[in-house]
Order: sequence, then structure tokens, then C-alpha cells
Amino acid sequence: MSPMARTAPVPAATDPAIIRNFCIIAHIDHGKSTLADRMLQYTGVVSKRDMKAQYLDRMDIERERGITIKSQAVRMPWELDGNSYALNMIDTPGHVDFTYEVSRSLAACEGAVLLVDAAQGIEAQTLANLYLAMENNLTIIPVLNKIDLPAAQPEKYAAELANLIGGDPEDVLKVSGKTGVGVEALLDKIVRDLPAPVGDPNAPARAMIFDSVYDTYRGVVTYVRVVDGMLHPRERIQMMSTRATHELLEIGVSSPEPTPSKGLGVGEVGYLITGVKDVRQSKVGDTVTNLAKPASESLSGYADAKPMVFSGLYPLDGTDYPVLRDALEKLMLNDAALVYEPETSAALGFGFRVGFLGLLHLEITRERLEREYNLDLISTAPNVEYEVTLEDKKVIHVTNPSEYPTGKISEVREPMVSATILAPNEFVGSIMELCQSRRGQMRGMDYLSEDRVELRYWIPLAEIVFDFFDLLKSKTRGYASLDWKADGEQVADLVKVDILLQGEQVDAFSAITHRDKAYAYGVMMTGKLRELIPRQQFEVPIQAAIGSRIIARESIRAIRKDVLAKCYGGDITRKRKLLEKQKEGKKRMKMVGRVEVPQEAFIAALTTDESKDKAKK
Amino acid sequence: MPSVLPLGDPAPADGILPPQVLAGVEHRKFGLYVHIPFCAVRCGYCDFNTYTATELGGGASQDAYAATAVTELDFASLALDASGLPRRPLSTVFFGGGTPTLLPAEDLAGILKAAIGHWGLEPGAEVSTEANPDSVTPESLKILADAGFTRVSFGMQSAVPHVLKVLDRTHTPSRVPLVVQWAREAGLAVSLDLIYGTPGESMADWQLSLETALSYQPDHISAYALIVEDGTKLAAQIRRGEVPGIDDDDHASKYELADRLISEAGLNWYEVSNWSRTPDQACRHNLAYWRGDDWWGIGPGAHSHVGGVRWWNVKHPTAYASRLGNASSPAAGRETLDAETREVERIMLEARLGTGLSVDALGAIGRHAMAGLIADQLVDPVQAFKGRLVLTLKGRLLADAVVRRILPD
Repeated sequence: MSPMARTAPVPAATDPAIIRNFCIIAHIDHGKSTLADRMLQYTGVVSKRDMKAQYLDRMDIERERGITIKSQAVRMPWELDGNSYALNMIDTPGHVDFTYEVSRSLAACEGAVLLVDAAQGIEAQTLANLYLAMENNLTIIPVLNKIDLPAAQPEKYAAELANLIGGDPEDVLKVSGKTGVGVEALLDKIVRDLPAPVGDPNAPARAMIFDSVYDTYRGVVTYVRVVDGMLHPRERIQMMSTRATHELLEIGVSSPEPTPSKGLGVGEVGYLITGVKDVRQSKVGDTVTNLAKPASESLSGYADAKPMVFSGLYPLDGTDYPVLRDALEKLMLNDAALVYEPETSAALGFGFRVGFLGLLHLEITRERLEREYNLDLISTAPNVEYEVTLEDKKVIHVTNPSEYPTGKISEVREPMVSATILAPNEFVGSIMELCQSRRGQMRGMDYLSEDRVELRYWIPLAEIVFDFFDLLKSKTRGYASLDWKADGEQVADLVKVDILLQGEQVDAFSAITHRDKAYAYGVMMTGKLRELIPRQQFEVPIQAAIGSRIIARESIRAIRKDVLAKCYGGDITRKRKLLEKQKEGKKRMKMVGRVEVPQEAFIAALTTDESKDKAKK
Repeated sequence: MPSVLPLGDPAPADGILPPQVLAGVEHRKFGLYVHIPFCAVRCGYCDFNTYTATELGGGASQDAYAATAVTELDFASLALDASGLPRRPLSTVFFGGGTPTLLPAEDLAGILKAAIGHWGLEPGAEVSTEANPDSVTPESLKILADAGFTRVSFGMQSAVPHVLKVLDRTHTPSRVPLVVQWAREAGLAVSLDLIYGTPGESMADWQLSLETALSYQPDHISAYALIVEDGTKLAAQIRRGEVPGIDDDDHASKYELADRLISEAGLNWYEVSNWSRTPDQACRHNLAYWRGDDWWGIGPGAHSHVGGVRWWNVKHPTAYASRLGNASSPAAGRETLDAETREVERIMLEARLGTGLSVDALGAIGRHAMAGLIADQLVDPVQAFKGRLVLTLKGRLLADAVVRRILPD
């Protein structure tokens, strides 16, 4: 066992040969944060006393959900065979929506710890990230975590991992982040097995941004991995994609608190502060160079974050609109992937159409808005971006069903994704059934181990953004995991289904669906609304229509009696208070034509059953 | 009165009312409500403030109750005088409960006498009591008539035994024609109270009850939809699935049937749930509630209203008796209505009346709503043309919705 390093290598003066850059690839709740905490403790950068559980995850939501949204990099000293090393642990976001960020984090490393729960085996997102790491030629260290659990099956899953990455099951390390067993051996193995970074110290500086975080006090904190040359404090730097220049106010390493240094050299990982206030000025994937001695070529792999899923966000209380606007502005500072524009809905009032990387990104953003800004929000059903070509060849991009053109359409293209699903083989049938019903095309199937299967589908993104994951989970008793990445587009026979209340179209309930699904959507939505909208003083027909063609119809019978029958002297105060309450309630109603629709009905109609359950908790 | 008291402001111990009650007093009649908080059996649907005979003791006991009520009459007289209000003769008196006739007729007569002693009766004043068909005799009714009672309202509720059983009513249906005859012989006007929509009551059951009641040729009928109040035995039975729940559509159909049969029998609606043979036979005491007149409510849990000030007594008879024993107001709380709230109440209550509301007196929103209300067949177009908002049959069933539409936001 190696001891804690007696002398830690000094930033800006560290030989690349003693640097090891690695990340941990793991599924949510497979124990990445606990293991990371344990490493911080064993390397001495955080004392046991200061140890907050899951030190690296900053935000409350992250801590509560046990997931890491924003990564950070921590420099840790470690000693092996009498030599001191500098280990940079680059924390990666653990969710499907943040694939691009993951890819950049991986690109900053030479190796990855593949961390898998010894009781659960590998999950789809982990597998996807593993493939990403292997594509980046990272050295993989397979590790089974939670070996202290009674349900752990280390032999079985060691074989699974060995099968995936090639190698001997014997080489799979077995650790417990909780008890600390095997963690020191893992640190040793990182030093031994991972290659040292390679770069040209004399070339113009090139550093890749792998994360960018907004801090209220310091502005944007940019995390970089230096590839060539060296960056120093006070010098002017340039972002190679935007050509924007900044003064380097501070440069340093996290250990895990920010510690300023004299610079960062080849292979080193650390942070930069330039005083900018918006993460968009410091984009993940971009290359930082020295303005005075700029590099001629930027590092490869840069891409702009592209929103994939769109939803309308509306304040329940219309007067909260300015609060929502300010809140989105603030969130944007820290979220380069978030895009939004104002939108008006006849039914919901003023709000914003917001673009997200995926569903989790949507959920987290919404939750942050509600929690940190004390907002009550309605979010409309998530949509993807359609490319609609009209007969006059005009092309329109539609992210909101109410913008779907009514004129002659010659072609509609929808975004497609490659989806990977991992599940025990007993569920293969029901997964195939589900994917087929969602217009998925099977692209392959492999056995990861005797009883676990990887299924690959090419499937419309629109089919997986609403309730697919919930259904997948319920059809597989929670065992299946899903990962997807954008993968082209296809021409599809899509239609817009409108919902009409008493002949008035309710924009919030319109949906773009495949023609074969239109009827089912119409029946589902009209049925749901019939349950949710209270009876009015007149009959309310609810119709689903494609253009002018009615495809489904329900009706809410008129209320016939709404009168408190007795009204003696002692009932008057009570009756008046009831009336006042009803008047108050009416204010919370949205009027659709003459129909009073409670906001709860909008929320319930736009929510899947799964998220309703969540709301109850 | 409902068992749950409203939240209000504290009421002063001397019962003195603020000066605002003096404004317009010359236009307001003065009435008295006397609550008798006793029943032989507590009905499963009832959330009124009532107790069975054995539940209470002391000044709250059935024997001592008349004396306690008289104490409040004395208190009322002092408080009204001290508030600067003129002594007005009683226009109406109403004994309700509970079951007023569970007290000896002499007790009821004694309370009335004490009231007359304080304020006197207007010529032609209406003095009513509620009565359970089980708890009156020809003699007791005679005593009441001799004491000045003019009207009795029998809690018939239904003519169908299985319906009465769900309601926990103890009387046998065949007793009703008998008591109606006795009341007539004593010179009392007769009203019958009916309840519809009891769980398990069929449309035929309700029709039988209506036809039976009408065959006794009452001067007045009140027909109330059964309301299942929280905390009642019936609510618990419905919750446990022991009896079926309440269906508003069933209520609506039964109301329509009631209005048809009662009208055909020659009575006319003058309030959503009340019909009388002639306008004079309408219950003037209840009309006083709906027209914003003044009344003092005697008894535990009783509500009062004088010139825009409402208050309500403590609910429990023992607490009530003890307050009065200490020469303190038995009021648990009061509210002083501002002009706007009084207007809301006026619209809310007058909309229920056959005479309706003046359209001109409505605000802009109310006047604007008239066209829609006529289009929805909730308001009588002929009356509207004459400047009155009078509910149609459909409108009466949706009276609360109509009120919401004519009130300012």
C-alpha cells in the first residue's frame, strides 16, 4: 500500500511524466461520488473532518438526486515506489443529456476508471460513455464498486466487464467507496497503468476547455487541460472559436478548493478566471491559446451545444413572468446549452419556449427555477425540432406544435437518435415491442453476459422524449437502462393533432405525431380532459382534430345543479365565504372561450403519470 | 345552523353594537330566532347544533333551557337599548332547532311571552315553530296557538319508510296527516319540510313523498336537497360505502319534479327551496334573512344580524349557559360587514328570491352578464326586460353560478 505523498508536485513545475489524468465513468448511484470522496480523503487533500458527503457535487439538487451535473477537476498528490505523482481526477457528468460534456471531459484524460456497481452490472449510459472513452483511446481501469453489499456478484460482473473491454476478469479491481477497501490499490493502479500526458512544452499554448461554471463571486470559472505550451497569470489569452480575448486574472488548480498557481504546463489540469460573466464566452470544447503567441490550429472536437428537446415554460401566476425571465437569464449564465425565447400561448399566457439537451436537462432546469426562484411553472409536453418543407420549397423549423404550418406541406423531417438499451434478457421481447410501437428500427443486439443484452435502435427522438423511459422502466421492472445520441433525421408521415374545447383550439394541447398515432393521442387527450375539466353550465364538446377533420370526441355534460339548498340566517356568512372562495378559484381558471379550465387540468393533462407520482413525493 | 362557526372578530362582552347599525334602522324589520338545541335522536345527516336530552346538564339541560333562553332575551334587550337602537316590535319570531317541540309547549310559550314583554309584536306578526310530527299533541299545539304562535313547520322529510330510516327520522309517515289536522284545528298555518336526494331514494320514492305531502294541502312547502356535511354519521357511512353517495344530477331531476308537482298543486316558488300557496303564506321570517333585515338569534350557536353586523353564539349549550350566567354576551365572534360585502350578500341572497333583483342596482359586470344569462336560459327574459333578474327553473338550480357571474371580480 502506498502512503500519502510526502511532497506534492508543484503546479506549473510538474514534469508531465508524473501526471496522471483520469475520469470516472459510472452510472447514477453506482457510487462515483462516494469513491471520489474517498480518494480525496486518502490522498490527504480533504481531511476526514472536512469531508462533506459527496464533496464534489455542488448543487443541492445534485446532492439530492445523487447525480453530478457539472464536473470539476481535482488535483491530488499520490506516492508510489518512492516517487510523487500528481493525479487529476476529472469528474464527468453522469447523464445521457450531457454526452458532449462527457466527451470533452474524456478528451482531457489519458485514462478512465470504469466504475460499476457489483450488485447491478453495467448500465446503458455507462456503456455509451465507455465506448466514447475507448474511441478516445483512453486506458480503461475496470472497477467493481460496493463489493461490501450482500447482493454483490463480483464474479459475474467482473466477467461482464472483461468481456466488454477485453482482458482477464482477474484484473478487475474490487473496491468499496463506502468502507474504503481497495481504494489505495486503485490509486496505485492509476499511477502504474495510465500513460502520462504528452505535449510540446515549447509550442504555442493550447488548452482545451472541458467545463465552464458560473460563480456569483468570481464570474465564470473555466476548467482546462493544457495540451501544449504553458499558460501564465496576467497574460492575455484568446478563445480560438470566437477569437474573443481575455486577461487571465487567475490560474490555478483545485485541491479541491481553488488554489492559485504560477501557471499550468503540459498535461496539467486546472482553472482559469478571466472575469467574464457568461459561460457562453468560455465554451466547452474550445481551445484557449496565448494572444501574443497564438497557436495556428485549435484542438479538435469542438461543437456547439445543440438543444434537442423544447418545451414551453409558463408561470402559473401570470404576474410571475418577469421573475421567470430574470431567472432564465441567470441560469443561462451557467448553462451554455440552455436557449430560450419568449412565447405566447392563448391558453397559458406569456412564457418561454426553452430548448434543452434532453429530458433530464429539462427536469433539472424546471426544478431549479421552481426551487431557487420560488416559481410555480407549467411546462408543455416536450417537443423535438421538425424541419418542414412546404410545397413552395420554403423550409420551416418547428419546435412548437402551434407553429406547425397549415399550408401545403411537401415533406417533414424529424430528428433521429441511436438508442442503446441494456436489460436482462428476459425483457428483450417487451423492449422490442415497445421500440417497434415507437417506430424504432433495430440496429443490433449483443449479449454482454449470459443473461444481459444490449439492444441498439434507430428511433425518432420524438418517440422517446415523453414517456418512453418511464414505460421502459415499468416494462422491465426498473432493470433496463437507456442511452441515446443524436443520429441524423428521417422523412416521416407526421400530422398535427389539435384539441378543441367547445370549438376553440387549445394551443397548449396540440401535438405533432405520426399519422398512425394521431388517433390514439386524440383519444387519450380528450379522455384525460373530460376527467380533468369540471362540468360547466353548458355542455362542452372536446374534440381532437387533424386540420378540420375530427378524429376523436368526448363531451362534458352540463352541470345541472350548483346551489346550496338551504340558506338560513346561520348559513349566510358561510355561504358568502364559499362564494368568495369560488371567486378566488375562478381567478386561477384559464378561460378557453367560455370554458373555465382549472390550471390543475393543464398541469395534469401535460404531465405523464410518472412525473405526477414524483410531484406527490 | 351548521355546526362549524365562522372565524370572525372577537365580540364584546356587553354585546354593544357599533354606531353603524343605526343607519337605516327605520327601514329594517326586527325579528327573533330562538334555537332549541335538543333532539330525541340525533339524525345521521344533521350537522345542526343539537344534543339529545341526556347529553347536557346544569343551565344547559332541557329543563333549565327556557330560563336560560329568557336570560339571553333580557341581555339582548339591554344590549340593543345600550347600542342606541329604537325598540321595534317583533315582525317575526321563529323557533328552530333541534326539535323545539321537545320542550314542553309551556316553555316555548314562556320564551315567546318574555320576548313580547321586551319588544311587543307587530300586528299580524308571524310566529313559527319547527316541530317533529312525533312530539306534538292536539293539546300542545293549542297551547302554542293560544300563546301567539301562528305557524308550524313539520319536519316530514319523506313519506317513504326506507328513506326516513336512512335519515334516522323516528316518526311514522301515517302520523303526518294527523298532526297537520291538529295544527289546522288549533288555527295554525302549516308548512311541511321535505328532503330529497337521500341515498337510496328513487325518483318514485320522491314523487310519492311530494304527492303525499301535497295531499295534505299545506300552506307552504320547503324542499331541501340533502347535503352531506363533513363530520356527520351519514358522511361516514357514505365514505365507508355503506350507503350510496350523493348525485347532483339526481338532485336536479328531483328538484325539477318538486317544482312541477308543487306548482301544479297551486303553490308558487318564492325562494329557491320554498313554495307557498299565496304570497302572504311565504315564511316572512326566512324572507327577513334574505332581505337583510335585523334579527337576534337566541341560543347556543345561533347567528344574529343587526345593520351589517353579524355575530354567532358559542356553540356548546353548557358554555352558552355559563356565559349568560356571568351576565356576559354569549357571542363567540362577530363580523362587521363593509358596504361592499353587504352588497355581495344582498345580491347573493336576493338572487334566490322569486321577486329577484333589480338589474339597475347591479354593477357593470352584472348588467353586462345579463345577455349571457338569458342566452343560457338561466334568467327569465320577460322579467329582465322589466328590469328584474329573476331565475328560471334552470337558473334556480344554478343559482350559485349565476351569482358568481353577476358579482364584480
